[in-house]
Amino acid sequence: MPPVTIRIQTEPFDLVAETRALRAGRLDVGAIASFIGLCRDHHPGACDPGHVQAMELEHYPGMTERAIGDMVQAAQSRWPLLGVTVIHRVGRLLPGDDIVLVLVASSHRVAAFSACEFLMDYLKTQAPFWKKESTPDGAQWVDARESDDAALRRWGVESDNAT
Amino acid sequence: MRVQVRYFASVREIVGLAQETHDLPDTVQTVGQARDWLRAQGGRYALALSADKPLRVACNQVMCDADTALQPGCEVAFFPPVTGG
Repeated sequence: MPPVTIRIQTEPFDLVAETRALRAGRLDVGAIASFIGLCRDHHPGACDPGHVQAMELEHYPGMTERAIGDMVQAAQSRWPLLGVTVIHRVGRLLPGDDIVLVLVASSHRVAAFSACEFLMDYLKTQAPFWKKESTPDGAQWVDARESDDAALRRWGVESDNAT
Repeated sequence: MRVQVRYFASVREIVGLAQETHDLPDTVQTVGQARDWLRAQGGRYALALSADKPLRVACNQVMCDADTALQPGCEVAFFPPVTGG
């Protein structure tokens, strides 16, 4: 079985260190695709009522790791993968902070790119995380988006998270 | 039967609890019936588990649907649509 690393943590992650760990001692890896999701302020004007000052990320310990493990297995059954790393942060994050890292190693780029995108589409709609944004108007839970369900359906996986 | 019930995110805030134990009557056999039974307790449960808002459910930490059968001692979780990533 190729190495799979899944971590839920409050602290930041290091892309270079994680990439080095994923490929350590391997001569069969020809491609590593990476994705980083960031905490962003979609209303960056400081006086804008929607201005994001911070974000609180909650999850369902135990289920989260299991759900991500299941989605990595689903990716492995579709593409010849040589290793996967998924790290998701929880707790309080600020705009500009990293939220999620997905690394996928394979022999060739197509499998690495595709599986990386598949994993993110899966994670957005099937892993039990919730974001709450703090704005000058108060804190509010982020709404799920139907476009994220549509993204997962492209892969032939049924998804109706937002509805 | 006795089940563990967990709430997350906005549902947790409205119910005012993260976790509790319930002794369900024999008429409650599925996850959907558990939601209906809790909602019938009224007050914050009625608000948090209202039928007109999208809600997801998990049984023993796996996403499931309303028809999923409950087992004694199982862990049922109610939460809003997920928004990670």
